[in-house]
Amino acid sequence: KMTDGLFLKCCRHVAEQNKDIKFKEMYLDTVCLNMVQDPTQFDVLVMPNLYGDILSDLCAGLIGGLGVTPSGNIGQDGAIFESVHGTAPDIAGEDKANPTALLLSAVMMLRYMGLSPYAQRIEMACFDVIREGRVLTGDLGGSSKCSEFTEEICRKVRESE
Amino acid sequence: MAAPMQRSMLKLLRSSSAALKRSFSTSRVAASSSIIQHKKYSTEPHFSKYGGRTTVTALSGDGVGPELLSYVQEIFRYAGVPVDFEELEINGSTTDEETLCSALLSVQRNGIALKGNIESKFDEPGFKSMNVELRTQLELFASIVWCKSIPGVYTRHQGLDIILIRENTEGEYSNLEYQIVPGCIENLKIITEAKSTKIAKYAFEFAKTHGRKKVTAIHKANIMKLGDGLFLESCRKVASQYPDIEFNDMIVDNASMQMVSKPQQFDVLVMPNLYGNILSNITAGLVGGYGVVSGMNIGDDYAVFEMGTRSSGRSLKGKNIANPTGMLLASCDMLDYIGCNKHAELIRDSVMKVMSVDKVQTPDLGGQATTLEVIQAIIEDIKPKTTSWLHA
Repeated sequence: KMTDGLFLKCCRHVAEQNKDIKFKEMYLDTVCLNMVQDPTQFDVLVMPNLYGDILSDLCAGLIGGLGVTPSGNIGQDGAIFESVHGTAPDIAGEDKANPTALLLSAVMMLRYMGLSPYAQRIEMACFDVIREGRVLTGDLGGSSKCSEFTEEICRKVRESE
Repeated sequence: MAAPMQRSMLKLLRSSSAALKRSFSTSRVAASSSIIQHKKYSTEPHFSKYGGRTTVTALSGDGVGPELLSYVQEIFRYAGVPVDFEELEINGSTTDEETLCSALLSVQRNGIALKGNIESKFDEPGFKSMNVELRTQLELFASIVWCKSIPGVYTRHQGLDIILIRENTEGEYSNLEYQIVPGCIENLKIITEAKSTKIAKYAFEFAKTHGRKKVTAIHKANIMKLGDGLFLESCRKVASQYPDIEFNDMIVDNASMQMVSKPQQFDVLVMPNLYGNILSNITAGLVGGYGVVSGMNIGDDYAVFEMGTRSSGRSLKGKNIANPTGMLLASCDMLDYIGCNKHAELIRDSVMKVMSVDKVQTPDLGGQATTLEVIQAIIEDIKPKTTSWLHA
């Protein structure tokens, strides 16, 4: 009651100062239940450390796994953007890995730096390639190499100029 | 050490040693007797029986609890179930010690209860959660949620049959929090070897009795090395005594991800309190949501049956759209527990037929029916199957 209660109190306090954004409180178990049934009802979630760890992995599972999920760690003096999948030592150096997670993390970094137009172009290119489905790495069901996938995204970025 | 920390450490030591004493004495009693039941959940239950009828405590709870409990009683009447309910009103506004004591006494007298969820006001720090108090005082150490895919209920993943066994009395729900300085709060998560071993043993016995092949322990021992590490170690020790059952472990965040992408890999899960809460809700969502899953809390001496997701359904109260299936299935589990297997099967068959075959479903399952329509349909299905309703 006191720990999560304090967290909730702080969230409410900040919500008061941002009245144009809708604020809702939900219990963790209810969120888990609703997330698997209808994740579209959620927009931004703010939570303490452990719940965030679990829920972020849960949501990553819903959108395709850790291979396509970007992340960023923001502090007052700096920020680190990273992919959250494993190091995959079994396919290291074989040009097989899916670069999407790291690429989208880099897109997040560009936005953080204020370079949104560039971020937008790269993100659109990446999504277009995945949507088209012609050039995909193994984990997404294709048979292309990492370099081929990257080249396709680069081509799309060049075309969008 | 600061004074509040000393007090809470003392309280912790006292409660965990008391718990240890209790668990040793009850395990001796449990080992000396065994009762064969259709679904074996406990070792030595006792019931209040009079004139062939069993008395069961009904704890009303908040939200849709009271209305769902009344539907259960109505269906029991039509099915001729030899059960009488001792109704107790206990909810988020009856916060006094007296109500809690009478609830505890009633369950201790009857041995079984059917319960609606009681809301916990989290705005008041001194306020204890009634649900947690009931579970810890009655020592209902295991919470079992059986998530099975239901034909006729559309979900993304089909063919699921996962049993989630959750430690119910310690962990993050130990209710030991205090303010160190204003704006900084410390919460003690308690993991004991005794309770971890007990829940692991229960999970393996359950798996063995029901012919399950694999038990997975869920933890976060990479971060909580001592706490969850102890839980994992206890599970491993118990696993070594069951060489026929496969045992593996998984970190909770990975488990959450695997549960939504490849849930078919799970069979029986054993977890500490909080992770059990999270994963039970995720899995319940995968098989149809709050409305179709039932849960049970089992102790050495008592058993309390309730809806699997423990939701009070505050927003659904009085609107006649709540799904009564979860509560009805919980009441069938209760009937199995007390040995009324024929009645349990009768009601369960009707409930499943109405939901899967006749497709009379409430909005949470994508249907248009009201709660009353579902209940009526179930009663109509039960009526031809039994003539005893004429004498009710």
